[in-house]
Amino acid sequence: MLAAFTLAPVQQHYLLQARQMQALSFAVHIPLVCFGIAFPTMILFVEWLHLRSGDELYRTLARRWTRVMVALFAVGVITGTILSFEMGLLWPNFTATFGSVFGVGFEIEGFSFFMEAIFIGIYVYGWDRLSPRMHLLSGVPIAIAGFAGSLMVISVNAWMNHPSGFTLRHGKVVDAHPLAALFGNGYLWRELIHMYVAAYIVTGFILAGAYAFGRLRKGSWGRYERTAFAIPLTIACLASPIQVVVGDWVAREVAVSQPIKLAALEGLGKTTKGAPEHLLGWYTDGQVKYGIEIPKLLSLLAFHNPNATVKGLDTVPPRDRPPVNVVRIAFQLMVGIGTLMALLGVYFLLLLVRRRRLPQARWFHLAVLAAGPLSFVALVAGWVTTEVGRQPWVVYGVMRTSAAVTGAKGIPVGYATLALVYLGLAVAVAWILRRLAKAPLDLPEGSPVHGSGAPA
Amino acid sequence: MHLYAIPLIFALIGLVLYTVLAGADFGAGIWQLTAGGGERGEAVRDHAHHAMAPVWEANHVWLIFVLTVIWSAYPAAFGSIASTLSIALFLAALGIILRGATYALRSGARSAQELRAIDMVFALASLLTPFALGAAVGGIAAGRVPLGNASGHLFSSWLNPTSVAIGVLAIATAAYLAAVFLAADAQRLDERALQSRFRTRALLSGLIAGAIAIGSLFVLKADATPIYHHLISGAGLPALIVSIVAGVLTLALVWASRFELARYSAALAVAAIVAGWALAQQPRLLPGLTIAQAAAPHDALVLVTVIVPAGGAILFPSLALLFGLLLKGRLDPHATPPTSAAPPPATVLAAVRPGLLGRSAFASLVAGAALLVFAESSWAQALGVVLLAAFIVLGFAAARPAELARHLSADDAS
Ligand code: HDD
Ligand code: HEM
Ligand code: HEM
Repeated sequence: MLAAFTLAPVQQHYLLQARQMQALSFAVHIPLVCFGIAFPTMILFVEWLHLRSGDELYRTLARRWTRVMVALFAVGVITGTILSFEMGLLWPNFTATFGSVFGVGFEIEGFSFFMEAIFIGIYVYGWDRLSPRMHLLSGVPIAIAGFAGSLMVISVNAWMNHPSGFTLRHGKVVDAHPLAALFGNGYLWRELIHMYVAAYIVTGFILAGAYAFGRLRKGSWGRYERTAFAIPLTIACLASPIQVVVGDWVAREVAVSQPIKLAALEGLGKTTKGAPEHLLGWYTDGQVKYGIEIPKLLSLLAFHNPNATVKGLDTVPPRDRPPVNVVRIAFQLMVGIGTLMALLGVYFLLLLVRRRRLPQARWFHLAVLAAGPLSFVALVAGWVTTEVGRQPWVVYGVMRTSAAVTGAKGIPVGYATLALVYLGLAVAVAWILRRLAKAPLDLPEGSPVHGSGAPA
Repeated sequence: MHLYAIPLIFALIGLVLYTVLAGADFGAGIWQLTAGGGERGEAVRDHAHHAMAPVWEANHVWLIFVLTVIWSAYPAAFGSIASTLSIALFLAALGIILRGATYALRSGARSAQELRAIDMVFALASLLTPFALGAAVGGIAAGRVPLGNASGHLFSSWLNPTSVAIGVLAIATAAYLAAVFLAADAQRLDERALQSRFRTRALLSGLIAGAIAIGSLFVLKADATPIYHHLISGAGLPALIVSIVAGVLTLALVWASRFELARYSAALAVAAIVAGWALAQQPRLLPGLTIAQAAAPHDALVLVTVIVPAGGAILFPSLALLFGLLLKGRLDPHATPPTSAAPPPATVLAAVRPGLLGRSAFASLVAGAALLVFAESSWAQALGVVLLAAFIVLGFAAARPAELARHLSADDAS
């Protein structure tokens, strides 16, 4: 009998801790991943500027950023490894049941990690040792692998949210079509692009924020610092208005294929025709209290029709509903922060068009400084929306998270240990970044770094 | 050869490469522990670090590779192993975190004291991970991991005679491999003193690893009798013999200071041990679960069988490039920079008219946003995405942030 060779669901007291442990591991990994995606492109651009102009300043900047990238990459690698282990340590039933369906996605991802790690080795240790052109070329696969890696991991997540491509019999997958499962749903592309743009926003604002901080503290503000500030800032400011459009595109797919998630995002208790949108507020007893109501907006946004019917949470029994307030607050945080950052971006771009100069106002630098951590909050909030909004399912509509969890004892011990280790890791990363920032700038003598030097 | 066995071969190849390559990384960490203080100790530790820093990430990915192949091709086995051996695997993961973190930290260390502290953490983590992974393998070999969600014993599945023996063997092998590799690197760098230090270490650790390997056989005999018999008299015997011969050969090569060759024979000895384990245990993956029973559905197996060689076709040339540069000394800290005439200064992108760029960027934004919000067909939406990407690229080119930074503004000048 086939079913004999599968794992059976077990009783696990500490499901919540297992979920929190998973969430913690993601919250640590994902911001690092943003740097893995966006940083190589920025560094390559600066190195290319150096090759084009021969200006040593760009070389210095690219080298200093490279050092930061290596440190963050190392931490990205280990936190990603933890996630791979957790697929088995926390969710063995999930992997044992569906590994044959989604596993190939991670396998291809593994190859892209290989390329990333190999070329990071060559790029980082090849400064000064490879010819300048070869060196620049050796960085290109890093940027490509960053994209390919996210494509694959997101294809898995998209499949978990929109499962297809398999036949289940007695709890065992008897027929699997991984390619159809991973790439056969349109949701993948929406999620991927939203995440990819987010990576540029997060990396751009965090980097620019670091230099804005230096300026606010009246640190040196030479051409070096201005360049290091302007490049990531421009990228983030171009990307953040885009993100609003892309986010709306994502939300409309959620409305169609995960109506219960949408109802949780919006706190919609009952199925409603011409559903209103609520800003802020708190969800209790099937409705949002203390919120600002905008009539018919939800129907308009989700279905482009003010009188469209939007399904409410009451379409499924309570045990099939996600924790509404967690999801809703996370969603509103993301959208709120995203809107503010988009406004900041538009201001910057308008100033560029009208005056062709960098903003000078103190408030602008303060805003950029705040945008760094806020973009990180938006990123994690977005993932909370997606993942917690999918609950109680780990594979939407097919497998419950409680059926996926391990039967092993000691989850709280593992959780506490990992939390402590990650705390130490955070301290260590902060330490190394400070050290790297404080290393003296080794700009060549006589280069026009300070002063307003006319374009050389 | 059955289709269902092919992914297992891939996983075993990955495991051999992980044991050899990452094993040498772990071993380098172990030698840092015994390097002692003073200038000599520092030289040993620096040498070990520089030899591994460019490659450790690539070497580490082999572990990820093995995990992903097993969970896509033998999902039920993966779930059973990971849940029963959760503590051993968690400990291995902790070691991996600490090691990676110390790689990141080392570049920021300024004083010898900080370096020593970092290297100490690195060394301890380098003991923990191979031991824990070896213990996990021992648990599987001894048949202590049954099919099921955490159905095996939480502790005795990996704390038992076989596990301890294999864990210790993993540490000894790692140290041995590292000593051989580091001696070869020192020879390449023409560092005579370091070379002779690592030669001694290689000889010593080689003898110890050999002794532990023989000892482990006795442990297996008492604790994991079935696999012992298959190793001594069954399918595993040829591999056992290859491993012994290659081990002795490596010692001879090290004695003769032929380190480059010794690299490969040492790797062969380790590969033979892994192969011997696999041969002795097949067709059983876990007690009550054969390879065929654990295998994923047909189409998934076909896909794994196609994708791994396809990925390998990109991977191996890249690896060859990395190790080629490394072994030719092109990534060494003291390598001479290639002489290159600096390109003539040019004004970046001055030729392109920013006004035109800016207007095209704006047009892309409007058109892209309109398509993404209102278009129904997926082609139109894809076009919208392309246009939005064009907005970012064109907008960036028009903004010319590097040029912006040249001009110092009024209040900055004050
Ligand atoms: C810098 C980060 C960032 C910003 C500014 C935004 N998002 Fe976002 N959002 C994410 C980062 C993110 C993410 C990368 O964290 C998620 C998680 C899953 C995904 O694909 O992207 C996400 C998910 C996500 C989802 C859930 C998809 C699902 O549950 O499957 C929706 C509906 C939105 N976003 C919508 C928006 C809207 C309307 C925004 C408008 C301002 C917005 N996002 C800004
Ligand atoms: C593939 C296997 C995966 C499993 C088994 C899994 C499972 C889970 C579970 C159970 C939670 C906890 C939900 C809760 O707290 O209620 C969670 C949270 C989360 N997951 Fe997933 N998920 C997987 C894939 C992914 C992927 C591929 C991503 C990102 C690409 C992702 C991102 C997140 C995030 C960001 C959180 C919450 C973060 C937070 O709360 O701070 N997950 N996941
Ligand atoms: C279930 C979820 C995830 C798993 C199992 C996972 C696994 C991993 C692993 C094993 C690594 C280390 C690779 C190496 O050794 O070089 C890694 C790094 C990386 N991951 Fe994740 N990851 C997950 C979520 C994500 C998400 C959400 C993204 C982005 C969309 C992502 C993108 C990357 C990238 C780009 C790297 C390269 C390292 C870096 O640049 O920091 N991963 N991940």
